[in-house]
Amino acid sequence: MSLTSLIFTLLVIGAAYFYLGQHWGRRQWALGSVNLHSLPKYYGFWTGLVATVPAILLLIILSLGDDFLFKSMLKQFYPLDVLDGDVVARAIAFTKVMNLVEGVRFGVPEPWVEAAASAWIGWQKLADLVIAAATIGCSLAAGIFAYRKISPAFRARNGVERIILWALIACSSIAIFTTIGIVLSVLFESIRFFKLIPFQDFIFGLEWNPQFEGAERAGSGGGTATYGMLPMFVGTFLISAVAITVAVPVGLFSAIYLAEYAGSRTRSVVKPLLEILAGVPTVVYGFFAALTVAPFVRAVGASLGIEVASESALAAGLVMGVMIIPFVSSLSDDVINAVPQSLRDAAYGLGSTKSEAIRKVVLPAALPGIVAAVILAVSRAIGETMIVVMAAGLAANLSFNPLDAVTTVTSQIVTILSGDQEFESAKTLSAFALALVLIIVTLALNFFALQVVKKYREQYD
Amino acid sequence: MADEVIGTKEVNFQDREVPDETVGEVFVNNPRMTARNVSVYYAEKLAVDDVTLDVGSSEVIAFVGPSGCGKSTLLRCFNRMNDTIDICRMEGKINIDGDDINDPKIDVVSLRARVGMVFQKPNPFPKSIFDNIAYGPRIHGLARDSVELDEIVERSLERAGLWSEVKDRLDQPGTSLSGGQQQRLCIARAIAVGPEVILMDEPCSALDPIATAKVEELISELREQYSIVIVTHSMQQAARVSDRTAYFHLGKLVEVGETKQIFTRPVHRLTEDYITGRFG
Amino acid sequence: MTRSTDSGLLSPQEAAVRVAASLKKRGRSERRFRYLGIAAITLSILFLVLLFAGIFTKGIPGMFQHYVTLDVVLDKGRMDPQGDMSEASLYSGDARGLVNESLLIALGSPEGRKAKRAARSILSSGSASRLTEFTLKHPELIGENVAVKFAVDDDIDSFMRGFISRETPESDRRINDETIEFVDRLDQASLISYEFSDYLFTGSASRDAEIAGIKGALIGSIWTLGVCLLIAFPLGVATAVYLEEIAPKNRMTEIIEININNLAAVPSVVFGIMGLAIFILVFGLPRSIPLVGGIVLALMTLPTIIISSRAAIRAVPPSIRDAALGIGASKMQTILHHVIPPAMPGMLTGTIIGMAQALGETAPLLMIGMVAFIVDVPGGVTEPATALPVQIFMWADFAERMFIQKTSAAIIVLLAFLITMNAGAIILRKKLERRWQ
Repeated sequence: MSLTSLIFTLLVIGAAYFYLGQHWGRRQWALGSVNLHSLPKYYGFWTGLVATVPAILLLIILSLGDDFLFKSMLKQFYPLDVLDGDVVARAIAFTKVMNLVEGVRFGVPEPWVEAAASAWIGWQKLADLVIAAATIGCSLAAGIFAYRKISPAFRARNGVERIILWALIACSSIAIFTTIGIVLSVLFESIRFFKLIPFQDFIFGLEWNPQFEGAERAGSGGGTATYGMLPMFVGTFLISAVAITVAVPVGLFSAIYLAEYAGSRTRSVVKPLLEILAGVPTVVYGFFAALTVAPFVRAVGASLGIEVASESALAAGLVMGVMIIPFVSSLSDDVINAVPQSLRDAAYGLGSTKSEAIRKVVLPAALPGIVAAVILAVSRAIGETMIVVMAAGLAANLSFNPLDAVTTVTSQIVTILSGDQEFESAKTLSAFALALVLIIVTLALNFFALQVVKKYREQYD
Repeated sequence: MADEVIGTKEVNFQDREVPDETVGEVFVNNPRMTARNVSVYYAEKLAVDDVTLDVGSSEVIAFVGPSGCGKSTLLRCFNRMNDTIDICRMEGKINIDGDDINDPKIDVVSLRARVGMVFQKPNPFPKSIFDNIAYGPRIHGLARDSVELDEIVERSLERAGLWSEVKDRLDQPGTSLSGGQQQRLCIARAIAVGPEVILMDEPCSALDPIATAKVEELISELREQYSIVIVTHSMQQAARVSDRTAYFHLGKLVEVGETKQIFTRPVHRLTEDYITGRFG
Repeated sequence: MTRSTDSGLLSPQEAAVRVAASLKKRGRSERRFRYLGIAAITLSILFLVLLFAGIFTKGIPGMFQHYVTLDVVLDKGRMDPQGDMSEASLYSGDARGLVNESLLIALGSPEGRKAKRAARSILSSGSASRLTEFTLKHPELIGENVAVKFAVDDDIDSFMRGFISRETPESDRRINDETIEFVDRLDQASLISYEFSDYLFTGSASRDAEIAGIKGALIGSIWTLGVCLLIAFPLGVATAVYLEEIAPKNRMTEIIEININNLAAVPSVVFGIMGLAIFILVFGLPRSIPLVGGIVLALMTLPTIIISSRAAIRAVPPSIRDAALGIGASKMQTILHHVIPPAMPGMLTGTIIGMAQALGETAPLLMIGMVAFIVDVPGGVTEPATALPVQIFMWADFAERMFIQKTSAAIIVLLAFLITMNAGAIILRKKLERRWQ
C-alpha cells in the first residue's frame, strides 16, 4: 500500500466518522432532544478528528522510524571487518546495500550484500503492511472510542476546540524545533570535525586547502589539507565591507530623501522601484556580477593601469551592496518616520533649514535605529551566498585588498556541500564547522541589533 | 496697553477693509505683524476664513475659540510652519515690520528666527539642556565664540526663569526635566534665537496647574520685550495673561478687543455665548 | 556687540543681522544635502535600469534562435523499422540519417567526408529526436515529403548573430570556412529563419545550448513551491493565530517569538544545511527531490508569513472580538468566524510574498542536491528535480555565448513570475482589504 493511498484511506475513515458523529447529533435533534450540548457538526468533528489525528501521527512516527530499526538489524549481515572498522567502513557498507535495494548494480556484489539487500526489501514490504494495518486499526479503534463517548451531555465543542488549541500550539512550536534542528545538525557535525582538526587550527589557521584532502587520503603526495578559516573570514569581511560602503550611504540618503524631501508622487514611484531591487533573486545578481560588473571593474582597473583580479572582491561587494540598498533604506525609513513630528516642528520653529533639522535633530534621534539597520545589513551581507558563489573566487587568499580575488564562508560551504560528498571526511565536516561560525556570527549580530532597537524604543515610550 | 489700540485714521496700510463678520478694533498703531484677508485651506477644506488682524509690538494677544475654529492654523501662518504640511495653502497677506513673510525674497529660515514658536506639548530635543538652548544660536551663527554661546545659553535660561533650577546639570538630557520645566526650556530655546515675536500654541495644555502658573508668570515678564501670540483653550488663562483677545469661530475672526472688554462686555452674540460657557 | 539693555541677550536687530549673514552658506549646504539624496536615489534606480537593460538585451534574443527548414521524406521503412508506429520503434529508426540526407540535398549534395562532416555540424544534435517527435505527433504524414524546421547548432547560431566573425582566421574560430560556406548557401536559399525558440519552454536540461530549455526546472519549481505552500501557509497562519490570540504571556511564548526572529535572521544557506543533515542524512529521504526542497523553503519563509499574518490579525479591531464574545461565542469560534476571515487577505498577501521569496531562492536547494543534471521532467514531489533559479545558476557556469543568452531568457521568465506574484499580492490586498472605520 503506497503512502498516498494510505493517507487517503485514513482521510476517508475520518470523513466517515465525521458523518457518523454529525448524523448522531442530527438524530438527537430530530428526536427532540433539547439538552444537546453542542451543534451536531461538533459531534462530527470530534469523532472525525479523534479517528484521524492520532493515526496520522502514528503513521509519521512509524514511517520515519522504520529505517532506524532496519539499520540496526542490518548489522547481523555485515562481515567482521566492517563491524570492526570505523564509521566510514560502515557507511560504505550501508551504501552498497542501499544501492542494491534501489536496483543499482556495480559489477557483482559480494554475497553478504545480496543477502542484506534482499532482507532489507523483505523488511520493507513487511513494514509497509504493518504500518498500514497499525494506522488503519488505530484510526478505526479511536473512532469507535470517540463515538462511544458521545452523549447529549458530552461537550463536543469544547473537545474539538481543545484539539484545535493543541494543533495551534504544535504548529507554533515548529519554530523552536527548526531552530533546534539547525543548531543540532550543525553542532554534531562540527564536533566531529573538531575531533579531526584541532579547534585552534581552524579558528586561527591562516591557510585553507581542503582540496588536498582526497590526495592525502589516497596517499599520493601533493600537499597537506589545511583548515584555517581566517582567509575566508577576512574574505567575507572584505566583501561585506565593500557592500556596506555602498549600501549604507546610498540606502540612508535614499531613505532621508524619501521621508523628508520627496513629494508623495515621487515617493509612490521610487518606493516600488526600490522594492523591485529587493525582490530580484540573488542568483540574478550573481549572474549580473559575474557577467557584467566584474569584467567592467577589471576593464576600468586596466585603463587606470591597476591589476584587478577577474573575480575581485570589489565586483562582488558592489553588487551585494546594491542588493542591500533597499534593505537599509526601508529599515532607515521606518526609524526616521518613528522620530516624532514634534521634534521636527521644534527644529523648524527655531528656523532650521531642512537639512539642519535632519542632520542635527532627526538623525541623532534616529541613530540607534539606524545603527541597528546597519548591523542587520552587515548580517545579511555575511550570510549572502549566491552572489559570492557566482562572482567571488574560490581561492582562499588571505588579503585585505578589495581588488584581489577572495573567497567567503558561504561560498566555501556551497562548494563543499553541493554535489556528492564523501562520508566522514574532514573536508565535508569543515563545511558544517563553517556553518556553525556563520550561524553564531549572524545570530549575534541580530541579537545585538534587537538590543539596540529595544533601547531605542524605550526612549520614546 | 489698551491705549495702543486706536482708530483707523493714522494707518499706513491701504487695505483696511475689515471683513463683515469681525466686530471690534483689529488694527493697532504700531503693529509688529499684520494679517490681511488671510484664508487657509487644508486641501479643499477652508480652515481660516478671511481674517484681518494686527499684532502690536510688545503686547500679548490671545486667540480663543472652540476646537477647530482655525486659531492654531492662523498662528502657524505667522512663521509659515504650515509650509511643512503639503496640503496646506494660504491666501492673503501677512507682514512683519512691513515685509511680506511670503515674499520669495524672505528666507523662511530667517523669518522663523524672528518669529519663534512654542508648541502644545513640550518638545525638547533628545540632547542635553545646554545643547537644546544652543541649537538655535549654533545653526544661525549667532555666537562668535564659545564664551558668547555660554552667555546666550545662560541669559536665555535666566530669562525663562530656569537658570537656578538647571545650572548644575546643563549636560543632562532635556527630556529629564519635569513637564513644566521642559516647556520653559522650550521657551528659553526660542528666546535664545533673539526673536521679535513668540507664538505659543496652547503652551500649558499638557501642564499641571503649578507649572501652568509658572509659565504664565514667565509670559507676563516676557511681554515687555516680545510680541506674544498665545492660542489657548482656557478662558481664565486668556484673561490672566493677555492684553487683547481675539475670538474665532468656524475659521472666522468674530470679535477682537481689549481682554477686559471682551470678558466683561462682549459685543458679538457668539463671543458672549462662548465666554459665558454656553457652548464650546 | 549690541545687547538689548535689560536681558543681556542679543537684540532682535543684531540677531537678524547675524542670521542674514549665515544664510548664504546654509543655503548652499541645504542644496548639497538635497543633491546627495537625489544622487542616492538616482544611483539605485540607475543600477536597477542597468540590471534590467543588461538582462533584457541578452535575454530577449535568447528567446529566439535560428532554424533551418528542410524537406524530409518520412520513409516508412527507415523511420519505423518495426512497422508498428510505436514510440520504441520510432526511436530506434534512422531519423538521423534522413535528416542528414535532406540537409545534404539542400546543400547541393557535396562530396567528400570532410564536406559532409562540415554540413552535419550545422544542425543541432537534437535534430533526429525532433524528427521522431514530429512523426509521433503526425503519424498520418509517414511516407510523405514534409518540411520540418530544425534548430541549428549553437555555434552556427552564434555565427548568424555575428558573434563569430568571418574575418577571424579559420584556426581561431569554432567553425571552419566550409561550414560557413554551407550556411551562406542555406541562407541564400532562404532556408534559415530566426524565430521564437520552441526549445526554451519545452526543452529540458541539456549541454547543447540550442536545445536546452527550462521546462524541467519550471515544473520542478512548481512542485517545490506547492510543497512549500502546503506546509508554510497552514503553519504560518496557525502560529500567528496562536501568538496573537491565544498565547499567554509566559516564558514559552517568549521563546517562540525569539525563535521566529532568529529564523528570520539565519542565512538561507543554513536552512539548506539543516535540510541536508536532518531530512537526507538522518531521515534518509532521497536527494534532489522537491519534497525536501519544499520543506526547507517552507521553514525558511515561515517567519515572513508569520509576521505578516500577525500584522493582519492585529489590524482586526478588538471591538469585533468583543462583539462575538459578548453574544456568547467561544474563544475558538470568535477566532474562526470573526478574526481569521477579515485577516485572510493580509495573510494571503504575506504568503504570496513569502512564496515569491522561495521561488527566487537558490542556495538552500544547492545544499539538498537539487543542482543535479536532470533531463527528465519531474512527475511528482519525490522524483529528482531541479528548480528555475538553480537552472539559471548552472547555465551561468557555461561559457557558450548562447548559454549566456538562454540564461538571461530564463531570468526574464523567473522575473516575470516574481513580478506577477507580487503584483497579485498587491491587487489582492487592494481588492479584499476591508476598511475598519
